[in-house]
Amino acid sequence: MARANSRLLKTNTSDGDRMSDTTNSGPMLAADGTPLKTSLARALRRQKLRALMLIAPLLAFVVLTFVVPIGSMLFRSVENQIVSGTLPETVEALDAWHGQDDTLPDETVFQALFFDLFRAAEAKEHTKLGSRLNYERTGLSSMFRTTGRGIDDIGEVFQDWLEDADPAFKDGITWYEMLSGTGGEDLIQERRALWANMVGEGFAGDIGFTLSGEIAALLPQTAAAYSDWAIYTAVADEDVVSEEDPWEAVYAALALDLARPETAFALTSYTGVGARPLANAIAALPSLPQIDFRAAFIEENDGWGNIENWQTIKIYSPDYTTGYFLNAIDMEKGLEGVNARPENQQLYIKLFVRTMIMSLIITGSCIFLGYPVAWLLANLPVRSANVLMILVLLPFWTSLLVRTSAWKVLLQQQGVINDILVWLGFVDDANRLILMNNSTGTIIAMTHILLPFMILPLYSVMKTIPPSYLRAAKSLGATNWTAFWRVYFPQSVPGIGAGSILVFILAIGYYITPEIVGGTDGVFISNRIAYHISSSLNWGLAAALGSILLALVLALYWLYDRIVGIDNVKLGG
Amino acid sequence: MFDTAKDAFVAFEHVQKSYDGETLVVKDLNLQIGQGEFLTMLGPSGSGKTTCLMMLAGFETATHGEILLQGRPINNIPPHKRGIGMVFQNYALFPHMSVAENLAFPLEVRGMGKSEREGKIKRALDMVQMGDFGGRRPAQLSGGQQQRIALARALVFEPELVLMDEPLGALDKQLREHMQFEITNLAHRLGITTVYVTHDQTEALTMSDRVAVFDDGRIQQLDPPDVLYEQPQNSFVAQFIGENNTLSGVVTKISGDRCVVKLDSGDEIDARPVNVSAVGDRTTVSIRPERVEMDKRRLSPDAHTLKGEVLEFIYMGDIFRTRLRVAGSEDFIIKTRNAPDQKRLTPGTQIEIGWLPEDCRALDA
Repeated sequence: MARANSRLLKTNTSDGDRMSDTTNSGPMLAADGTPLKTSLARALRRQKLRALMLIAPLLAFVVLTFVVPIGSMLFRSVENQIVSGTLPETVEALDAWHGQDDTLPDETVFQALFFDLFRAAEAKEHTKLGSRLNYERTGLSSMFRTTGRGIDDIGEVFQDWLEDADPAFKDGITWYEMLSGTGGEDLIQERRALWANMVGEGFAGDIGFTLSGEIAALLPQTAAAYSDWAIYTAVADEDVVSEEDPWEAVYAALALDLARPETAFALTSYTGVGARPLANAIAALPSLPQIDFRAAFIEENDGWGNIENWQTIKIYSPDYTTGYFLNAIDMEKGLEGVNARPENQQLYIKLFVRTMIMSLIITGSCIFLGYPVAWLLANLPVRSANVLMILVLLPFWTSLLVRTSAWKVLLQQQGVINDILVWLGFVDDANRLILMNNSTGTIIAMTHILLPFMILPLYSVMKTIPPSYLRAAKSLGATNWTAFWRVYFPQSVPGIGAGSILVFILAIGYYITPEIVGGTDGVFISNRIAYHISSSLNWGLAAALGSILLALVLALYWLYDRIVGIDNVKLGG
Repeated sequence: MFDTAKDAFVAFEHVQKSYDGETLVVKDLNLQIGQGEFLTMLGPSGSGKTTCLMMLAGFETATHGEILLQGRPINNIPPHKRGIGMVFQNYALFPHMSVAENLAFPLEVRGMGKSEREGKIKRALDMVQMGDFGGRRPAQLSGGQQQRIALARALVFEPELVLMDEPLGALDKQLREHMQFEITNLAHRLGITTVYVTHDQTEALTMSDRVAVFDDGRIQQLDPPDVLYEQPQNSFVAQFIGENNTLSGVVTKISGDRCVVKLDSGDEIDARPVNVSAVGDRTTVSIRPERVEMDKRRLSPDAHTLKGEVLEFIYMGDIFRTRLRVAGSEDFIIKTRNAPDQKRLTPGTQIEIGWLPEDCRALDA
């Protein structure tokens, strides 16, 4: 109250003409001086809260079972962490390679690939990456699979050499003691994170091994490779690190470390655990086999010598990709941008266009067949209209699958319709009509199934058009047809609009009917989406196709709003 | 009024109509309407008046009998060839067309050229004082404005006969009275024949040349408004048109245009016999509230009077309405003009009332 008074006082003194504060240009005030809007909002809050409580269960249900899964599904259409997760160091090393001048990536990339792929093969993750990359370039899947099998052989060369240099390297405990110590915790954390990224699990917990910081500085690759092995052995295999022999990759890492000239120099002043075997290995350096991972990989699978395979890996190395979407519109990524796919691989644009055109045809036939029925429904006496309404609704009470299967019986070449046509003599027995397993079948069956969705909105709109309009038109001199076309039809357009939107949107995403009666010519884009979800398991592409379909529907909806106006859509009175 | 049905502009000859084949909605209708006449069909709902109008317009077919327009039978002519203008109860203005397009519609379907059309539309809109509204949509107009447009549309193709089906039903009282005046004026000025259907008796009385009172599928009385009001032919018409006091009794004496009725309460009153013929007939007498006299000096010395007790006095501005208990009836109404010397009766007062015998009509029981 005090606030209101002071405000009133101020207004009066500042401008004598003003009678009260409501004429002030400021916000309207309630009786207690709070702004009217705040006051109103407070008064309505309870109501709003109550309304929210009423819809809360449904809201929670929809969010949990609909919005979240669909959101995560759509996210898959751009997500691409599998490449950088499985081959983190390779991807990093590939940064320097541009692939322009027809040269393969250099030895550092192949080195990184060896260690990445070794880990992936141990964790059986390399086949997943192979399948992922195979979507973009066929052959990559088998390349990863075979190389994964043979990768031990590449490392074995170094194991043999080291064990010849000093038999102590045969013993897991030698490695364990040599690398144990303190100060290498950061590296362990780093390696844990790499595992977690690749496998998707936490890789937390005690591993029964702590890395020596001194060794890590001296033999960095060995430390990293041994840590990888130790983490995996302890967490995934649940074995004791000190009792197991390390992977071939660890031997290879040590060989690489020792081969560097500065290592030999640094080791001269090293006196810690394992100084002796290391010195023996240094002494054996002249007999170290030549380190050429590139050649080794190409020997395992000559795909690694193909520059295009490497280009594919590089193109799809970022965490997020437009690749799935490009694939969904028959394009692919190249090093220099986006190109169309080869003719024989183009599929989706054609399917999208077919889906649209057939949905339009189905919508058109629904209007054509449904309009007269809706007219009858709206104009017959109540009793007959009710009977007709039951006939219209009858299909609703029958399972979709049953209805579609019934169409199968009717439409097939030895089916009821062909039999009748042959019997009536319209069709020669030798040339029975092909009504099924093509687009004709899809159109016939889907028109029948979606017809009620056209009739019901049309009916409810027609019900609201008083018969006096037609009478008025006739009394003004219009023939039956003119009265219908000029007066009745324009008023029923909102019903046609509502029915068309319903039927079209339902048709564009239809799956079961095209699957059963569509054959190959009559399938829709949704059938392809279902195929990628359940058979090819290319969920990213399925998600991209689904997102495009969703965007298409929204765009059409927007277009419809611009042309017809969404206010003109009526589902009832 | 007309020698034969052929002379009339519109004639119904023994027209019957049944929807279900069991009951007749219109029973043997005979009606002649003259050129330029404003005829109102008045009656309660279900009395058959709208059915008659629809048969004339061509939206319903007569089950039996003939309807003649300018002497020609029109039973088999479809509505759009009859050339009859019609105004509907809810106006039936086409919502998706502008006012001008609505008016152009009847001209377009007659194949009229654009320039000729525009002239006619302008004249028609000016006629109903809506000249500036051609570009509006019907939904943007008020009820009264829509009514005018509907009227203009029914008249724009210059029909000789216009039918109106309760056109003022949706308007408020003041606007309705104003439109009543405008419609009658317009109809008379243009010389068109109008058939008007309503259930509002005030509307019927103020607008029409003649009123046909419908009940139970028949015309109960067909007369000019003053005759209808002052000389109702039966108790239905008396009840339906205007306010009316009724008392029932038995005729005890009858001579020429005078009779004496002994009421059920035992009192005797004077009346004019209308459809009673003999002593002993049961009758309902009808007296208009404004014809009841409280001043004995204005009655003849030998007139019968009744005693009444004032139950209620209602001040209505221009008139007073007094409710009395008279001869056993508790809703006997007297209307008196609010004049300076007029007494205002208080409830409980005992008064004596009477009337001139010609104002009290002995009708059927």
